[in-house]
Amino acid sequence: MNTYAKFGALVAVILGVLVWLAMGGISDSKTYYKTIAELGQMGDQAKGKRLRVGGDVQPGSIVRNGAEVTFVMHQESKTLKVVYSGIDPLPDTFKDGAQALADGKLGPDGVFQANKIQAKCASKYEAKPQLKKDANRAGI
Amino acid sequence: MENIGALAILLAFCFAIYAVIGSVVGKLRKKPFLVVSAERSVYSTWILLTIASGILIYSLLTGDFRMGYVAAHTDASMSKIYKFTAWWGGQEGSLLLWAWLLATYSAIVVFMNRRKFRDMMPWVTSVLMATETFFLILIAFVFSPFQILIAGRGNIVEGMGKGLNPLLQYWTMVIHPPMLYLGYVGFTVPFAFAMGSLITKQPGDSWIHTTRRWTIVTWLFQSTGILLGQGWAYAVLGWGGYWAWDPVENASLLPWITATAFLHSVMMQEKKGMMKVWNMVLISATFFLCIFGTFLTRSGVVSSVHAFAQSPIGTYFVVFLAIGIAATIYLILDRLSYLKSEANLESVVSRESSFMFNNLILLASCFAVLWGTLFPVISEAVTGEKISVDAPFFNRINVPIGLGLLFLTGVGPLIAWRRSSVESLRRAFFWPSIAALVVMVGLAIAGVYEHPFALVSFGLCMFVTATIFSEFWKGASVIKAKSGIGLIPATIELTHRNTRRYGGYVVHMGIVFMFIGYTGAAFNQNVTKEVAPGGSFQLGHYTLRIADMLKGENDNYVWQKLVVEASEGGKSLGTMEPERRLYKSSQQPTSEVSIRRRLNEDLYLNFAGISNDNQRAVIQAYTFPLVTWIWIGFWVLAMGTLVCLIPSKVRLSYARTQVIGVTQKHAPVEK
Repeated sequence: MNTYAKFGALVAVILGVLVWLAMGGISDSKTYYKTIAELGQMGDQAKGKRLRVGGDVQPGSIVRNGAEVTFVMHQESKTLKVVYSGIDPLPDTFKDGAQALADGKLGPDGVFQANKIQAKCASKYEAKPQLKKDANRAGI
Repeated sequence: MENIGALAILLAFCFAIYAVIGSVVGKLRKKPFLVVSAERSVYSTWILLTIASGILIYSLLTGDFRMGYVAAHTDASMSKIYKFTAWWGGQEGSLLLWAWLLATYSAIVVFMNRRKFRDMMPWVTSVLMATETFFLILIAFVFSPFQILIAGRGNIVEGMGKGLNPLLQYWTMVIHPPMLYLGYVGFTVPFAFAMGSLITKQPGDSWIHTTRRWTIVTWLFQSTGILLGQGWAYAVLGWGGYWAWDPVENASLLPWITATAFLHSVMMQEKKGMMKVWNMVLISATFFLCIFGTFLTRSGVVSSVHAFAQSPIGTYFVVFLAIGIAATIYLILDRLSYLKSEANLESVVSRESSFMFNNLILLASCFAVLWGTLFPVISEAVTGEKISVDAPFFNRINVPIGLGLLFLTGVGPLIAWRRSSVESLRRAFFWPSIAALVVMVGLAIAGVYEHPFALVSFGLCMFVTATIFSEFWKGASVIKAKSGIGLIPATIELTHRNTRRYGGYVVHMGIVFMFIGYTGAAFNQNVTKEVAPGGSFQLGHYTLRIADMLKGENDNYVWQKLVVEASEGGKSLGTMEPERRLYKSSQQPTSEVSIRRRLNEDLYLNFAGISNDNQRAVIQAYTFPLVTWIWIGFWVLAMGTLVCLIPSKVRLSYARTQVIGVTQKHAPVEK
């Protein structure tokens, strides 16, 4: 077996393993972006899937109860109740009126069980010209 | 004032275009005066952009709130230093910083090579200035930093001054962006030299020799920028993480990976004349990933926690990238015959092959990160559904890659060129392997076997450390025996003789320390408690008692503070004071975590909030074993990089002696 064939075989093995790991990684962590409206229409499909939903935090709706935090997100007149029970502290940018992204699963009672919350870190307060359009598309 | 600034940018734009055209025409028509005038217009571009930047900084410092940029990124109460850093706080300013840095680099390059590479330099100048032109188009015509706030017809209003997010008012955040920019922008220079060498069909590696120091310095800037970001996230964000695989973080990592691959694979070209095409591809990829990173951060293509303004800037970048990449691919393909390899791979167990595997897995990691970052975009295009992948994806693929790289870090430098005999392998790796095994068995007995990756990682860290020490030991004891000086002077002498090699080992040692730190994350512990003052709770072997809850207020913010007495097995460790603040102007709450940093373990307290009945504090306590070694590793890495930059005492000519007599093909020996 010549050197290049051996080398090629090793490369193939390494790449194969990495592709296999990547496939596993994707199926383990893939998250579907949905808007609150879409979530309502999903019905049974929503079960078991990891979802990411975005919306504005309804002012006054944040209730802290021990390590658990509940709040209501709204987007274009649709609302969604969210319960967060993750380990990481909520970001400092998470407050009334903030744009939030919740990762988690939809419970059978229609309450969204989030294990990760991101809030738009307002690294600037400047008007965002495209935001409305993007927000609709990305579901933020 | 602002008119002068805008005018300076416009003029700089004209000079940059002139530099591109002048040097190309001068070169093709053989008119040296045109080439020289093009070089002078590079200096003019730099002077004009310095004036523009000076005016912007002056307006920021004096608080000229008529200007949109000043009003959006500063307020009257901010300290001078944060007003200054607002230069790169927003999109327009940071584009100006990009342009100014590139102009500075270009001026330095043109000045240093004013008598060298007369053949290649016009092309280098034109590539540099073409990139500059792109950025100047953006700030001259689309995103001007000198926009005045206008309300109604011709009425100029004073903006309010919106200030800087308090989360970003932290020392590492002051220098993090310019460090990354210094790194990003710097790769334009080796790229320009590579293109110049391709266009003029240079036979040798002069572009690599000339840009070697340059590449190392920019790589150091990039590493510093990334590490500063990690340090900031750890100390400020309140969850103790330093890397979240966020698209913006990934954008900064991608060119770093290809640059690292490039730093290694150029050695193959210098010593053996191999991998010439590959090096061209790597340096081009690094340059375009730098531009791509700026595009990703600025365009809002993928959503990120770093909410930079989303603007129509993306289109401009896509056009620039498309033209640039197409031109580069065409050039490389057209000049393939000038990039022939001078030697063949002889054995799978050889230095050459270890370099190749190093490159292979670095690039695989780069590709995986890129794929994961763009997954929402790709999946939306293919299936119509927007799907994102998360940290588990990145970790699952990058942890094994990291371990593989660590292994190669130990193996590569000791394995022989061309091929290695079993005997030489045994001699080089017997003791390092034993040391690694001892560490692994010891740790497994101590209970680490539950974390197989961590076990392997610690073993490999020991393995690499042992190989590095054996290299220093072997070299230094020879010098010691010959000259009779002590071991430490002998080590310094050894390093001085070949700074690049031994500096490289120091860098590798830094990487080992960083791996130790990253591996520590497998043993993190945390607990969230609601505790009333006077109460206490346990975390691992620590007992934490809330002694007091204080509040207060100053001009800038309202604060609440916890006084926590920490103890371990009855022994007091002193008090820690995590704090919460609410900034008045922005109504932005922040938490000031309290960290007890030790070499073995950090204790990290975050005051997360107050319970609804206002009686109890919600406190999050974490332990982060070994995390300090990441920062130590960075300092070692930086030191090693600086050692690489010191000229070697013994001049090494890269005569490719190994090749001669083997393939019977005499490689050109270059000075």
